[in-house]
Amino acid sequence: MKAVIVDNLVKTYDKGKVLALDKVSFEVEKGELFGLIGADGAGKTTLFRILTTLLIPDSGVARVLGLDVVKDLWDIRKKVGYMPGKFSLYQDLSITENINFFATVFNTTFEANYHLIEDIYVQLAPFKDRIAGKLSGGMKQKLALCCALIHEPKILFLDEPTTGVDPVSRKEFWDMLDRLKERGITIVVSTPYMDEASRCDRIALIQKSKILGIDTLQGILSQYKKRLFAVRSNEMFRLLNDLRQYEKTTSCFAFGEYLHLSLQQADADVPATKAYLEAKNHQNLIFKPIQPNIEDAFIELMEIHDLQNG
Amino acid sequence: MDNSKIVIETHELTRRFGDFIAVNAISFDVKAGEIFGFLGANGAGKTTAMRILCGLLLPSSGKATVAGYDVYTQSEQIKRQIGYMSQKFSLYDNLTVRENINFFGGIYGIPKRELQQKTAELLERLQFEAEADKLVRSLPLGWKQKISFSTAILHSPQIVFLDEPTGGVDPITRRQFWDMIYEAAANGITIFVTTHYMDEAEYCDRVSIMVDGAIAALDTPQKLKQQFGVEDMDGVFLQLARGAKRSGD
Repeated sequence: MKAVIVDNLVKTYDKGKVLALDKVSFEVEKGELFGLIGADGAGKTTLFRILTTLLIPDSGVARVLGLDVVKDLWDIRKKVGYMPGKFSLYQDLSITENINFFATVFNTTFEANYHLIEDIYVQLAPFKDRIAGKLSGGMKQKLALCCALIHEPKILFLDEPTTGVDPVSRKEFWDMLDRLKERGITIVVSTPYMDEASRCDRIALIQKSKILGIDTLQGILSQYKKRLFAVRSNEMFRLLNDLRQYEKTTSCFAFGEYLHLSLQQADADVPATKAYLEAKNHQNLIFKPIQPNIEDAFIELMEIHDLQNG
Repeated sequence: MDNSKIVIETHELTRRFGDFIAVNAISFDVKAGEIFGFLGANGAGKTTAMRILCGLLLPSSGKATVAGYDVYTQSEQIKRQIGYMSQKFSLYDNLTVRENINFFGGIYGIPKRELQQKTAELLERLQFEAEADKLVRSLPLGWKQKISFSTAILHSPQIVFLDEPTGGVDPITRRQFWDMIYEAAANGITIFVTTHYMDEAEYCDRVSIMVDGAIAALDTPQKLKQQFGVEDMDGVFLQLARGAKRSGD
């Protein structure tokens, strides 16, 4: 049995005027750490709300742990843990009061299921009497995860748990997810940070209400068709503009220290391109072939999709 | 870039909240036309420092001037010389694009006729003419951010402060946004920007990294990577921020 089955799911808002999910289909295996990667407004939160039975789809089917999200909502609610994107705990209750509250709602106790959250809770313990509203961003995130875990869910839905969080805290959060995964919990997590794809078993790339691709990170990258070059010089902005105006360029984007460039005839165009840049007086030019990363792949899929949709 | 002109200058700038030292004796200069990356972990003190530089909060001690004006005594003059944009607050959702531009232009004191002309130019440049009378609420986040940035520099400020301007947008929009930043910098506007995307730190002329209220490192991305012996800015950030004692927003 799959942990999640989503088949041709459609959801609209505002009497059909706003399309939030456009025939979305995917499956999540039991015990998998599955990432849903896309920008704000792509449809991630709508999908999470349907999977956690908080929204009813217009059409299509969604099953969680074999249960239908519309017919079997009460059974699903007992078995899933959900961490919404916006901080949703009780701001005026303390850390322990929040955890106790969520435990009680599910007919269990903090003590009975303490082993489930121990790893995370020990980091919160020094502040256990502090009210949630006075916690730092990183601590709120840990508390929310404790509250989503306290009733021993079989599957966790985490909606953008790392948004607005600095790179160090983000890595720590993913380390926590790795430890949960080792215990066999299925995790579906969404993020706008593309680099987090490498932390997932498989990912679905989502943009403008549609799934652009589903695969392992390696699988997504291996579908990338274009030959890619990394280019830099002393004047990066001028280099970007020069390359964008160049007739042989198919695409050129800034990627940190380098520009990522693809050329119409790939390697055959390299000598002419270098000559063009030297004629433009670019100093300390570096030009080398590279492998695409997740953002290259996402950009290519976005472009392919935009072409297909006019 | 005019290397001689300094637009932001701080000397041992400090801000305390009770016993807590949010910003601890930071000293740095930002040059005119520079893209200055202001990085740090959550809770490192970035927001507090930025609020002081925007004339919204008084320091406890130390010196700071922005566009030549003193943060203690000339905050109103500072506000006229700067633009500000953040991801959290940028535009009014229930006003149209045109109404937002008019509103912010009015606040920044742009005369009515000039504002009309600037609005028309802006809408044309962004190719947003067809959407000018739509509510901002109905637009994709990437568009909002472009309008928001353009609005923040409509009055031709000397400096624009950008607080995590690219959070949550798709990879193409994120890059288009940086094109706008580069263009503004090329036109002489100084950019003071915070971000959690370490690849964006590479786009800055210089980067400072705050840890526990102090500036732990400040240099060009190239020199910082050499100094810490790492390949990218992510590596620099991890080395510095892992040692941090405090966390929070």
